[in-house]
Amino acid sequence: MSNNGLNADIRRVLGEHARLPVDVQSLSEEQDLFAAGMSSHASVNVMLALEDTFDIEFPDNMLKRSVFESISGISAAIAELQGQPA
Amino acid sequence: MSVLVDRDQEFVASIRKIASDIAGVHADEVDRDARFPRETVDALRESGALSAFVPERLGGGEVSLEGIARACYELGRRCSSSAMVFAMHQIQVGTITRHLDGAPWFESYLQELSTQQRLIASVTSEIGTGGDMGRSIAAVTPGQDGILTFEKQAPTVSYGAHSDDLFTTVRRGPEAEPGDQVLVLSRTTETELEPAGTWDTIGMRGTCSPGFTVRARFGAEQVLAAPFSSVMNESIVPLSHILWSFVWLGIATDAFERGRAFVRAAMRRKPGEPVPAANALSRVMSELSLLRAEVESGLRDFVAASADPAREYLGTISSVLRFNNLKLAASEQAPRVCMGVLEVIGIMAYKNDSPFGVGRHLRDTLSARLMVANERIHAIDAGLLAIAKEV
Repeated sequence: MSNNGLNADIRRVLGEHARLPVDVQSLSEEQDLFAAGMSSHASVNVMLALEDTFDIEFPDNMLKRSVFESISGISAAIAELQGQPA
Repeated sequence: MSVLVDRDQEFVASIRKIASDIAGVHADEVDRDARFPRETVDALRESGALSAFVPERLGGGEVSLEGIARACYELGRRCSSSAMVFAMHQIQVGTITRHLDGAPWFESYLQELSTQQRLIASVTSEIGTGGDMGRSIAAVTPGQDGILTFEKQAPTVSYGAHSDDLFTTVRRGPEAEPGDQVLVLSRTTETELEPAGTWDTIGMRGTCSPGFTVRARFGAEQVLAAPFSSVMNESIVPLSHILWSFVWLGIATDAFERGRAFVRAAMRRKPGEPVPAANALSRVMSELSLLRAEVESGLRDFVAASADPAREYLGTISSVLRFNNLKLAASEQAPRVCMGVLEVIGIMAYKNDSPFGVGRHLRDTLSARLMVANERIHAIDAGLLAIAKEV
């Protein structure tokens, strides 16, 4: 798995928009972001910023808690979207 | 039932592809040059879409009205003119199918249409009738050797010069009253179209609908035998209002999508910061949902009423009012949505060369209130309201 670059970008977006009470670098890839303090309002901003950063659009079927609750979940969703032909 | 649903879905998917790959690509040029969307119609022909509404036993695709309506919507989202040409053709096909009553000439005509993917245009308006489709001046006139003829001065014939056949309303005979009408199907080889006017309009430019003097020579079997008033009330009027409305819904939906893309782009640039246009977009969404609700329920009501073999409801005053109201509501709501989007986006929507432009959408939907003028429909409804007990 060489998605370190991708995960670093995700962590940067989370750092700017997730409003976590803890340092995002201290979280593991599997850790629950909502449990760590991300509000649902903040998660919307995270989503918008991710769309801007990666030039993607999350389809409605990806707009669910499980996709955004961890760095690995977000990473898998973005990889899936980027894998699709434009 | 599920075979039917699959067939519909497959058909709508094929039209969606033609809409995005072909109609959408040429839409700006079709609009700018007021030229016929020939690439789209060629693709529709190639896919067999021109006979999609014809029963299978006559060589057609036997797609349901829902399928045809969704196809109008998909085309409307990409190219209004392509969508309107498609819708008008299907209205003629649907009308013939619903009223041919086993007539051998019309059955074999539909087979021919299916094999050759013939495009039908209609000639309903006439100079001197004040826009009243329920009256004609031109009449079926007996000629030599049993050949019948008519000559009609039509102020607009959509894609007349690009069609293969014409479906024309005329008086039954030289002595008939203006309201005693019949429908005649004539092939271009039997018809002469003498241009009488231009088509440089603010919208729906690719429908290419100038006036013509139409002269036809045809046989008695090419006159649809069903009573004209039944054909009007059970098919032509409601089918027109439903399929036109799906075209308008498609156009308005694409305008809304442009507004949404614009607002989302602004939100993504600065997540968390308020975007004033977002509230305006929400207001447009509620206008769009009203439009969608009326258009969808019009379709549902018509399908339900058509399930009755006697089509009893479709002959009632209540039914005439219902499908007139669909047209009135949809024709005013569609440009309202486009106008709302213009205000959401602002100058980027006003510019023709912007990806967020909605000028074409607004101009195209402004035709809606004029294709059978809403004031004329209100006049009809006003008269019916005087006697109707149930509306």
